Amino acid sequence: MLHAAIGVQIGDFRLDIGLDVGDGEVVALLGPNGAGKTTALRAIAGLRPLDDGRIELDGAVLDDPAADVFVPTAERPIGVVFQDYLLFPRLSALDNIAFGLRARGQDKASARRHAHEWLERFALGEQAHAKPRTLSGGQAQRVALARALATDPRLLLLDEPLAALDAGTRVQVRAELRRHLATFHGARLLITHDPMDALVLADRLVIVEHGHVTQTGVPADVTARPASRYVAQLVGINLLHGIATGEHTVRLDSGAELTVADPLPGPEVALAIRPQAIALHGHRPDGSPRNTWTATITDVEADHDRVRVTLGGPVAATAEVTPASVAELGLVPGTSVWATVKAVDLTAYQR
Amino acid sequence: MARRVGARRASQQRVPWWILLLAAVAVAYVAVPFVALLQRAPWSDLGDLLGRSIVVDALRLSITTAFAATGLAMLLGIPLAWVLARTRFPGRSVARALVTLPMVLPPVVGGAALLFAFGRRGLLGAPVYDSTGFLLPFSMWGVVAANTFVAMPFLVLTVEAGLRAADPRYEDAAATLGASRSMIFRRITVPHAGPSIIAGAVLCWARALGEFGATVTFAGNLQGRTQTMPLAVFLALESDRDAAIALSLVLIAVSLAVILPLRDRWLTA
Repeated sequence: MLHAAIGVQIGDFRLDIGLDVGDGEVVALLGPNGAGKTTALRAIAGLRPLDDGRIELDGAVLDDPAADVFVPTAERPIGVVFQDYLLFPRLSALDNIAFGLRARGQDKASARRHAHEWLERFALGEQAHAKPRTLSGGQAQRVALARALATDPRLLLLDEPLAALDAGTRVQVRAELRRHLATFHGARLLITHDPMDALVLADRLVIVEHGHVTQTGVPADVTARPASRYVAQLVGINLLHGIATGEHTVRLDSGAELTVADPLPGPEVALAIRPQAIALHGHRPDGSPRNTWTATITDVEADHDRVRVTLGGPVAATAEVTPASVAELGLVPGTSVWATVKAVDLTAYQR
Repeated sequence: MARRVGARRASQQRVPWWILLLAAVAVAYVAVPFVALLQRAPWSDLGDLLGRSIVVDALRLSITTAFAATGLAMLLGIPLAWVLARTRFPGRSVARALVTLPMVLPPVVGGAALLFAFGRRGLLGAPVYDSTGFLLPFSMWGVVAANTFVAMPFLVLTVEAGLRAADPRYEDAAATLGASRSMIFRRITVPHAGPSIIAGAVLCWARALGEFGATVTFAGNLQGRTQTMPLAVFLALESDRDAAIALSLVLIAVSLAVILPLRDRWLTA
């Protein structure tokens, strides 16, 4: 259980956030670049001492400037998966994992034996002697995760664990990461600027903006009721719950069925749809987009050059369109429209 | 049309003639003395000249002391470079200025300063001599001391630059894995700074090999004990020109043998 009140002053920038992460919980610290997320991670890891506040993990105080307590990084039971992974380039995958075990006092033989077990657990047995630069993005991430977990931490910190990957492998690695995270039973704090990572991986979101927490809650609450326009832009993603009725089809609670491009991960799924991915039409669209339904507009809200249109009907969702289409389609509350979304624009994950 | 554009582009890229001329003069200025040396070389007597004890002694002493000085400079200089690159303390810039002073100081002055510190009646030399009878100047260790004094700054500055360019986040990652600062230094920092350490060691070695002023002032000019190659060359120029040239050829060959293989890998930016 992490209990942190983080106060850090860097020049004119002031980071002032409170964070609680329970055992078995995955919390995402979500915010734009420069919001202070990485500074918060560094403070928790002991790489940046607090100016004020207090960090407590499982009842032990790690940092408390008022009481003059500071536990150095090396003595904190915290594992970190860094952005870009930071695998030691001159060491093999095996030695990267053995490094932490050696540092915590294991002899060489037993460190290597345990490192081997971790490699097997993460399906990296064949990469044991590979140098980091020869690993794929997904493999490197698994080595980084194994390295962080091998020292048996009480808290796992992940700094933008998917940012180093290209879009093609991201979806798959994200699903893998979710599975691996589930095997760790301590507290987990994920730092990301990508709302999709946060929604797929986290049980709870903490949104930080300009060094302050602007909203916190379970993903469904935050996406359904964004506390500010900024949060709406950041996490304005539609989340729909449903049950798999085929390898690619999901029946929503409303009874409507949607088709997903990738095979579904389990029987009970959540679907995430970016508002920009939903297209609105005045007439039934030509061709046959697989996911087409009629919707009644319940709300229209303009925000600079984008307009958020809330749709009622079988698929409760928000679409984001241009002011031009609002005028062209005459989008006002009460209007009936056809809505479509491509199967590839639906991200499904297990509930 | 396309041709004209291409021609104009080519003419814009052409180097002005006067820059080329000055650059050629610079190359010639370095090359001509070597050519002059080579054309005066007593090639037929070379084998005989190089077998003389004055040459053999000087070569052995020079190589040994240059390596010893480089080793000592690495032992002390790498930790110093780390302190300068990674820590903050009051007076850090003064410390850096101080350790780089021997680079700009005339070596003779450095040799004199070493005498006042480690000589028989020096600040540290006197108590050491009185209690143990050990005397640093005018011994092989005096040569090593003078070489280290003059050459260590090259290593410190090169390694410090290398450490500054290295990503400190690897050290953070090692700390989160439970590594102590000393383990991080040995297992992460030094291996990552490898190229700069090699480059610094080569520069340091080359500078030590050529050391003259501080060595002659502090260690003297005793054949077999403190007479290094540069001292032997200087002495031989007075008495035995052919021997001086032979010694010079050996120094050039040794310098090239060290610098050339490393040049492409470590010494280019």
